[in-house]
Amino acid sequence: MSENKLKMSSSPHIRSKDTSGKIMLYVTIALLPASAFGIWNFGLSALVMLICTTASSVLTEYIYEKLMHKKITVDDFSAVVTGLLLGLNMPASAPWWMGVIGGIFAILIVKQLFGGLGQNIMNPALGARCFLLISFTSQMTTFVYDGVTGPTPLAQLKAGEAVDSMSMLLGRIPGTIGETSVIAIIIGAIFLILMGVIDLRIPGTYIVTFIVFIGIFGHFANPDIGFFDPQYITAHLCGGGLMLGAWFMATDYVTSPITKKGQIVYGMLLGILTGLFRLFGGSAEGVSYAIIISNLVVPLIERVTLPKPFGKGGEK
Amino acid sequence: MNNCTERIYNGLVKENPTFVLMLGMCPTLAVTTSAINGVGMGLSTTVVLVLSNMLISMLRKIIPDSVRMPAFIVVVASFVTIVQFLLEGFVPSLYDSLGLYIPLIVVNCIILGRAESYASKNPVLPSIFDGIGMGLGFTVGLTAIGIVREVIGTGAAFGKQILPLADAAAGKGGYVPVTIFILPPGAFLVLAFLVALQNKVRNNAAKKGKKVPEASGCGEGCASCGNGACSGKVFPTGNEK
Repeated sequence: MSENKLKMSSSPHIRSKDTSGKIMLYVTIALLPASAFGIWNFGLSALVMLICTTASSVLTEYIYEKLMHKKITVDDFSAVVTGLLLGLNMPASAPWWMGVIGGIFAILIVKQLFGGLGQNIMNPALGARCFLLISFTSQMTTFVYDGVTGPTPLAQLKAGEAVDSMSMLLGRIPGTIGETSVIAIIIGAIFLILMGVIDLRIPGTYIVTFIVFIGIFGHFANPDIGFFDPQYITAHLCGGGLMLGAWFMATDYVTSPITKKGQIVYGMLLGILTGLFRLFGGSAEGVSYAIIISNLVVPLIERVTLPKPFGKGGEK
Repeated sequence: MNNCTERIYNGLVKENPTFVLMLGMCPTLAVTTSAINGVGMGLSTTVVLVLSNMLISMLRKIIPDSVRMPAFIVVVASFVTIVQFLLEGFVPSLYDSLGLYIPLIVVNCIILGRAESYASKNPVLPSIFDGIGMGLGFTVGLTAIGIVREVIGTGAAFGKQILPLADAAAGKGGYVPVTIFILPPGAFLVLAFLVALQNKVRNNAAKKGKKVPEASGCGEGCASCGNGACSGKVFPTGNEK
């Protein structure tokens, strides 16, 4: 059967073994340390919240695709990742139904109405978080820790109070479920880097730009802080959603630039916006808004950083 | 009078300015934070629209074609000023909540659009009914958006609390208002969903073989339209699929 030896097909001929499902499964695994720490840190209510957001995301995706007679894509884990990320961005003390609304909003409005996976204009989990943050401001910004309602370290920092960087590194602080422990997030991030799912370009530029911005402008926001005060910078790095955002949400394939130069521009924009919101904005945290605004700029960034094909351009 | 009822049906359903023509989006999105604001804005616009359609139709043979736009604006602006003073005098609370958007009725594209495409070419009586139809269509659209936003955003409709609010301090359960709906993003969400809903209804009716009310104007393509001002620049309406 000689004709079977010659296979005719159009390009591409070499395909990666990675599928969306596999990558999303890696991200889910990478989020587990942060989730586990959140549940240990905040108790059962954190578990309930994570289940609510994840279940409602997956169910919404399934029901929508069923109703619209589309291919069911629940098994590619992207809805799980969205739900889990949303849950990690919620305070454990928020009521469970808020998580359900968030999950529905994330999948239905931010993702499916724009055309499903790959078409969403912003990160669905963050879109939903900002929707909830604007809608239910008091419940979303009340953080109960060890039975006490207290300000997050970032809010204390903004108010000019002293914070304990060590407990912020470990995560024994009030905050949203997944953002508190830097160590748990870094474990997940290292896993993703080793598996080749994300690279350092976006998170690295983001964090470096943020350090530079905070180092310089921290002094202008609060004159007691000197330029590049190491303790102040550490507190800003470990506090709030910066780490979770930089490693898991800014690196979302759909809503970040494809071009290498574009990724650097995107990371710098993120760093500047986050610093701007944190130092000069009304609230102590600004990572979510920085990321969704940058998400919206991504098509423009890609347009100006399009690499020239070989042979085009060159010397004039 | 058949022509007149047709004009009203046209404004309310076939070419509903809010949901089909998508005209006057600026007040539609900005003032519909409550149902009463929607009604107020809609009715103010209706009054101006009816009067300006009437006067422009009367003057249609006198106004030179080359300066028709300034002439229309002068007519519309006079009526808007009258409405503004009346509102300020008799319903100051509505006047305060509509604020800047009352003077902005002058540049509302529904009013100039009807003046240009209908009143300046048709006799007085149909023009008046065209104004009534379009104005009522706008009012219905704004009120619908206003009701949805007010109910979801505050649990009230026309200022009356219909969903008992939760009170965390007293430990009382109830409705927790979704504040985003009375903020600007809510306007876009509600408008989009209402437009989607009415497109769905239209499409379903079309599938069942019912006679679908088609938006006229662009129905037969730009060549047969006769609306010179549009000259193909009007974005596609419901019938161009």
